[in-house]
Amino acid sequence: MDWLLYAGDDTGHKFLLMIIAIVLFVALMGIILFVVDRPRNPSRWFVGFGFVGAALLLLTIGLVYPAIRTIINSFMNRNSTEFVGLDNYIRAFTEPQFLIVLGNTALWVLVAPLVATFLGLVYAYLVDKSRFEALAKGLVFLPMAISMVGASIIWKFVYEFKPAGVNQTGLLNQFIVWLGGEPQQFLLSRPLNTFLIMVVFIWIQAGFAMTLLSASIKAIPDDIVEAARLDGVSGVGMFWRITIPSIRPALVVVLTTIAMTTLKTFDIVRTMTAGQFNTSIVALEFYDQRFRQNEAGLSAALAVLLFVIVIPVIIYNVRQQRLSEDVR
Amino acid sequence: MTIRMASKRRAVALAATGASLALVLAACADTDDGGGEDGGGEATQATIDCAAYEEFGDLEGTEVSVYTTIVEPEAETQTASYKPFEDCTGVTINYEGSREMEAQLPVRVQAGNPPDIAILPQPGLLQTLVNDYDAVLPAPEQVEANVDEGWAPEWKEYGTVDGTFYAAPLGSNVKSYVWYSPSMFEEAGYEVPTTWDELMELTATIAEGNEGATRPWCAGVESGDATGWPGTDWIEDVVLRTAGPDVYDQWYTHEIPFNDPQIVDAFDTAGEILKNPDYVNGGLGGVDSIATATWTDAGYPILDGNCWMHRAANFYQTQWPEGTEVAPDGDVYAFYLPAQTADEKPTLVAGEFIGAFTDRPEVQAFQTYLSSADWANAKAAATPAGGWVSANSGLDQELLATDFDRLSAEILADPATVARFDASDLMPAAVGTDSFWNGITEWFASDLSSQQVTDRIEDSWPSN
Amino acid sequence: MSTVKTADAAPEVPRSKADISGRARKARKALSNPWASTLAVVIAILWTIPTVGLLITSFRPELDIRQSGWWTVFGSAFAGEGVFSLQNYETALFDGSTNLIVFFVNSFVVTLPAVFIPITLALLAAYGFAWVDFKGADFLFIAVFALQIVPIQITLVPLLSAYVDLGINGSFWTIWLSHSIFALPLAIFLLHNFMKEIPRSLVEAARMDGAGHVQVFFRVVLPLLTPALAAFAIFQFLWVWNDLLVALVMGDLNTFPLTVRVAELAGSRGGDWHVLSAGAFISMIVPLIVFLSLQRYFVRGLLAGSVKG
Repeated sequence: MDWLLYAGDDTGHKFLLMIIAIVLFVALMGIILFVVDRPRNPSRWFVGFGFVGAALLLLTIGLVYPAIRTIINSFMNRNSTEFVGLDNYIRAFTEPQFLIVLGNTALWVLVAPLVATFLGLVYAYLVDKSRFEALAKGLVFLPMAISMVGASIIWKFVYEFKPAGVNQTGLLNQFIVWLGGEPQQFLLSRPLNTFLIMVVFIWIQAGFAMTLLSASIKAIPDDIVEAARLDGVSGVGMFWRITIPSIRPALVVVLTTIAMTTLKTFDIVRTMTAGQFNTSIVALEFYDQRFRQNEAGLSAALAVLLFVIVIPVIIYNVRQQRLSEDVR
Repeated sequence: MTIRMASKRRAVALAATGASLALVLAACADTDDGGGEDGGGEATQATIDCAAYEEFGDLEGTEVSVYTTIVEPEAETQTASYKPFEDCTGVTINYEGSREMEAQLPVRVQAGNPPDIAILPQPGLLQTLVNDYDAVLPAPEQVEANVDEGWAPEWKEYGTVDGTFYAAPLGSNVKSYVWYSPSMFEEAGYEVPTTWDELMELTATIAEGNEGATRPWCAGVESGDATGWPGTDWIEDVVLRTAGPDVYDQWYTHEIPFNDPQIVDAFDTAGEILKNPDYVNGGLGGVDSIATATWTDAGYPILDGNCWMHRAANFYQTQWPEGTEVAPDGDVYAFYLPAQTADEKPTLVAGEFIGAFTDRPEVQAFQTYLSSADWANAKAAATPAGGWVSANSGLDQELLATDFDRLSAEILADPATVARFDASDLMPAAVGTDSFWNGITEWFASDLSSQQVTDRIEDSWPSN
Repeated sequence: MSTVKTADAAPEVPRSKADISGRARKARKALSNPWASTLAVVIAILWTIPTVGLLITSFRPELDIRQSGWWTVFGSAFAGEGVFSLQNYETALFDGSTNLIVFFVNSFVVTLPAVFIPITLALLAAYGFAWVDFKGADFLFIAVFALQIVPIQITLVPLLSAYVDLGINGSFWTIWLSHSIFALPLAIFLLHNFMKEIPRSLVEAARMDGAGHVQVFFRVVLPLLTPALAAFAIFQFLWVWNDLLVALVMGDLNTFPLTVRVAELAGSRGGDWHVLSAGAFISMIVPLIVFLSLQRYFVRGLLAGSVKG
């Protein structure tokens, strides 16, 4: 048993375990599908759960159960030993520190996904079918290959401040100096700092948006494009009147996916300012309260707020899906 | 006694004879820069008196896991210092260092997966682990005996929660230092100040010669998600000097409110330097640049001649860029941050503590080793580049690598020294690692008054 | 692709010579607009410069990094001064008690199953939600979709406790399982959306021919989805490869991947950023290779590539 669990520092053993894991898994899937396919006239319910059952099981253990526990903890004190009612929520909505955090989060959710998606879309549209498409996409995709922490370090370099009269080491301030201005402390003043931190997120996520949207753009039937062209539509008009409506479902998917990522992301703000200078967001505040302050109750309440913020996003998404299915 | 320095961070040849014990350190000097060898790791071997660990029985082949915040390159000297114990007992120490340790340790503890031993960077974490999770085991009697023998009662107190002694101190830091360039001072004809008034006079004198970005002082408190701590150290040092150690004790225990007039006063006194655009922030910008300057680089303007003085702890010694000579006649050195009179020596200190989560014999044996003078000496011998001291009275100061480390050890051992532990480490986490850090950063970044900042921090003090 | 024939048979997806010439015209069109090209170039440059800056920085000595901007190297190099050094890489690669190769191995061992397992699970589940009309499918799908918002952090303690109870903590299995769980909601959601775009007639035609769901899954859906799968696999690969949190919490000394090592490079007290720049690039190499070698799937498009040929 131990042999199957632990490889110690033996490299060969590690790779063997890796292969065993994959093979085991394939075998398991094979058995499930075999069983599902067995009966002559299976009920839909039986087949359906054959397909989704394994995933649901893992999700229940790994996500649903902790989520329910978190909701319960949000009504408990910092050790989860006493019931305190709505105290944690009252704190989250009354202390000025948390009000700023909530405001920032709203800003993030409203701005970051839109800008990232829009830039990804425009870029995907511009380079579509051009001669340098592969290279051009590669460049914008590059930030996806960097971890969020790595990306934040890169941008900290860009925003770096040195006083006037000393060599600038941050590119942005160097530009300002070249243009004859005074170097700025970019990360100090609200709300500019929040937008500058968002740039890092957008920088990463635009590649994600571009990739998925580019696929959809390529799936637009050519006869639609052709018909529009014959009607004299071109350039910007084509983009707004043909491309965007045609890829609407994909746009919604990308927007909501990025919006959810926005709500969960905390390492960027953590690396850039650690939430100082009024830049904190709910995800970071949650992390701090949970792991640095050991405030189980308050942090749980913040996590629940994240769920709540996302409910409108989910509803919107479901509506859009229904719409597009009706069209079909 | 010979100490031959090899290149920084690499192994050193060292042979030493201590007073109470014999240390034989076989070493190989690795002077070339190309190799990928362990620093002190396999290079230093020390022999210690193994008898102390015999009472724990035959430990051959057992393992002890250690979880710390200490990562490369300091981790190498740390693991090297365990070698004598491993040789004595045959125990293997599994060392794990992570910068995320402070957040991860409670997770592991709650999940029932704690390490055997954790090196806690501050007493506040010990209190959390004891009060919230009841996870740390009281120190075994051998450890307590070692601490009673080697450490002052205050140090034992920091490792005690509600009357139970849990965690022995490991290393010690001396924080009341001002870094400066001896040659710059000499050229300008400045003397190292010995009282607070002299310090302020010197500051004013230097400020008259301000040119461009040059200022008397430089400071920086940016430190990732611990941003603000160097600023709280500043304030604590000033509280010790303007209000005195007794008020200091009342302050961190919350017998007086955080916004007590004496504390506000200390903020204002510190502000005479730190919030005065004529005095700060040499080579780094205006007052608000203190909030964004990385603490690790904040003293570097001294090397460029843009800054004259930088208050930072003894471990700032290891932060200077490679090739910087730290010596009384070198590129940089540090003087004691003066008090009101030359006779008082209030000193801000800090340190790590050893918490145990299991009580197997090998774990207790290792705990005993870490709390002993043997370990302190082995660590000193394994740290050729310096930057480490201990307040353990059994530490043989001759083994310390640099003049500066010996200066720190002297201050710690000096009977005139009134040592006080870093207050932010002793305050409740909601203040000590949150609102105090944020407050001080805000104080630099905005035009909030000392009163406003202290009021805000007082508001965040947990009610129970 | 073997499915092109089926695709051609589908009435919704017309395909003719005219399309091809239409595309060619469009391509010319896009290129001939100078504004569009300029805008594309500007975005590309903006997106690349920060990375280039860090790359150059990673080759500069510590003191230079602090004293001047990375762009000054061009001037200095032109003047014949030696401005580059490998010191940062040397420190990142060799200054440490453990060989960096070990961390590379761990990264691979962690990443491959953590990509393979959730994608397979998600593929099955997405098919179940999209094409098997069972009762409650809609509700369950929305629930799964909503689970995307559960922050990983709240799951750490419960999951780790479960692993400790099972006695499997500290093994690779816990890391694979955790990554699989965390990836599932998004994977199911995205793959479901791609699957929904497969023309209904294709699936129904196969069902008419008497194929069961398992056959439809393997013969019709899976081949059509290959590019989408490759694309998602790349995303999942990048996320797992760059993950620090799960690796730290669930792993131990024998399983730590590269990210853990790179995070340590900043030193105990957070200095040494110059080494970090080198470390960041070392850990980027593999994701970049993976991306470049699979990039054709992106360029061709996810579904478009197979359905339209």
